[in-house]
Amino acid sequence: MAEYQNIFTQIQVRGPAELGVPIGRDTKNRSSSIGSSKWLGAIANAQLGPIYLGFTGTLSIVLGLIAFEIIGFNMLASVNWDVVEFVRQLFWLALEPPAPEYGLSIPPMAEGGWWLLTGFLLTCSIGLWWTRTFLRARALGLGYHIPWAFGAAIWLYLVLGFIRPVLMGSWSEAVPFGIFPHLDWTAAFSIRYGNLFYNPFHMLSIVFLYGSAVLFGMHAGTILATGRYGGERELEQITDRGTATERASLYWRWQMGFNATMESIHRWAWWFAVLTPICGGIGILLTGTVVDNWYLWGVKHGIAPSYPAVYPPSIDPASVTETMR
Amino acid sequence: MNRSILFRASLLIGSLTLAGCWEAPPMETEQIGFDGVAMQVTSNPDLTEPLKRASVLPEPLPAVAQSEGGPKAGDVYQNVQVLGDLSVQEFTRTMASITAWVSPDQGCAYCHVGNNFALDTIYTKVVSRRMMQLTMQTNTEWYDHVGETGVTCYTCHRGQPVPEHIWFDQPPANRTGGMAANSYQQNHANETVAYTSMARDIFDRYLDGEQEKIRVIAQTALPIRNVTQTQSTQATENTYSLMMHMSDSLGVNCTYCHNSRNFSDWEQSPPARVTAWHALQMVPSLNANFLSPLQPVYPDIRLGQLGDAPKVNCATCHQGVAKPLYGQSMLDDYPVWRGEGLGGDLPYVEPYDPMVPMEQQPETDGEAAAAATIPYRHGAGPADDESASLDPALLETPTGKPVR
Repeated sequence: MAEYQNIFTQIQVRGPAELGVPIGRDTKNRSSSIGSSKWLGAIANAQLGPIYLGFTGTLSIVLGLIAFEIIGFNMLASVNWDVVEFVRQLFWLALEPPAPEYGLSIPPMAEGGWWLLTGFLLTCSIGLWWTRTFLRARALGLGYHIPWAFGAAIWLYLVLGFIRPVLMGSWSEAVPFGIFPHLDWTAAFSIRYGNLFYNPFHMLSIVFLYGSAVLFGMHAGTILATGRYGGERELEQITDRGTATERASLYWRWQMGFNATMESIHRWAWWFAVLTPICGGIGILLTGTVVDNWYLWGVKHGIAPSYPAVYPPSIDPASVTETMR
Repeated sequence: MNRSILFRASLLIGSLTLAGCWEAPPMETEQIGFDGVAMQVTSNPDLTEPLKRASVLPEPLPAVAQSEGGPKAGDVYQNVQVLGDLSVQEFTRTMASITAWVSPDQGCAYCHVGNNFALDTIYTKVVSRRMMQLTMQTNTEWYDHVGETGVTCYTCHRGQPVPEHIWFDQPPANRTGGMAANSYQQNHANETVAYTSMARDIFDRYLDGEQEKIRVIAQTALPIRNVTQTQSTQATENTYSLMMHMSDSLGVNCTYCHNSRNFSDWEQSPPARVTAWHALQMVPSLNANFLSPLQPVYPDIRLGQLGDAPKVNCATCHQGVAKPLYGQSMLDDYPVWRGEGLGGDLPYVEPYDPMVPMEQQPETDGEAAAAATIPYRHGAGPADDESASLDPALLETPTGKPVR
């Protein structure tokens, strides 16, 4: 591999561990042991720790772990405590939400009660972890960009598992906990509501999701490519523009006529990232509550074109025989 | 150097893992809709070639001379209830063909008692008679599904006494009871639903007895109260699960029958969907009127874990092919399965109680059921002595593997 293709970290700097700013009496919340890893160093910073857990972090992990265990043990029970089957069928196993007849009531544990409890614990855990992202940002005197971005993801999570089911009046509308089951649920959800691809907010969400990947690739590629001129010192180059920035900017102006700045590219990335789950959440929230069939909605609003018929149009045979299946 | 070996090793392991996960290319796609709308039928030659080789029809037995005034089977033989109006020659030819299609290794003795072919003492004979009626009804009353191609014994049996693809009611999953969460017959790896995680009790739900509603997709752009509540996302998963069975049984993807932009829209659906719709009416009817009522006739080895009779689903005939046997018809060689030569009224009886002698069944063709018959009843009655001497090997499938 050519030396200038700096995809992995080329030189690892080793020295005394960096402990960060003094935090007074909160120091007790921070792990004291600090490690160093050659392999972590190849992709990131070789220093491991200190991690700051504190009250919110610790409680979040505990509640998250309980939720994780409830899911896991119910999965294990679903294969009659057979560990081999648990491993073999892990991707298929799930903890299912209650059936439609329970509505928003609290069902027996075996009929969705565990699902409801897990959802509650997991939501508490995520909420505490969000609090932690906020508190640590404040402690370091940072902006709240990361808590807000995490909040955008939590919005989508809450819409799927809580807000929309409540609006629909049934826990059964929520997602099962399981690997294949949640994917099958997603496909069934789209089919039930007449094809989510005709949901404009789903469209926007996809735009921002794929756009995030494109922006990530463009930005990371630009920075790595200008690394030989000091391009990775991005923020210095905002105020003291060097040849790396000049070349990067010129490159994109040549490519597409304009360019982001060393600063604005991060705003692009942040907005694309947060708009993905925000739009997605709006799209899910409207599904079934406001719109019941997105394809028909699309026809109504002129976004679903019709195509020339290739085969003769079928007639619903049930409309002829009056049997409805 | 070390890093490079590690890199190459992980690349190799990665590609092998990927190769193990999917069917190897190339795939074949056939466009069935307008340009650029992804309406296409996909197939994998690696999978379809063996199916094509397995779909070569058996040589038809030589046709026999049609003699109008000749003796009829029902006049010559005793207890010929279904095929009695056939000429003796055609009757013998039909029986020989059934043996070749259904019990080639076991021969006549799979159904008949050696010294008296008229006896109904072996359960398979009672089942066969009902299956003959099933075949004829399928070819006539379910013409909308089977068309001119039709079905014969061979469509399902393919040289095996027990067709390869049958189904039984599913016992509850082997799960811990009590407070442990119910997984509602889903979330286990199951071939029935093409290894999705969805419900595996779809045949109970949709293909037998009281059927659940298949249509789940909203028919209006905006919600209508109370309609939404009955068509939950969970109900959709069950319908989806049934569709996976259909897709898997026919070896086709969704767009063979549906325009996937809006699955429920008939106007945009390929014509195959109408054919499939008739199947969803036909299969529950066949199970309710022909397969399930035979339950008391079968010995335990032929019954499901819950004691129910073997039943049919899409795979029973289709066996991985969109048109069973690639649409080759055997009816021109054996028109009797269209009911031809049986003198008008077809001898179906429904509802059918196999415990009641044929001549006492309602609406029975009296002439055809001239001979008295003692139906086979497993585990009771004088007929049981005969079955006790039955070679146990006859209960096994030719491959030796258990039926279930």
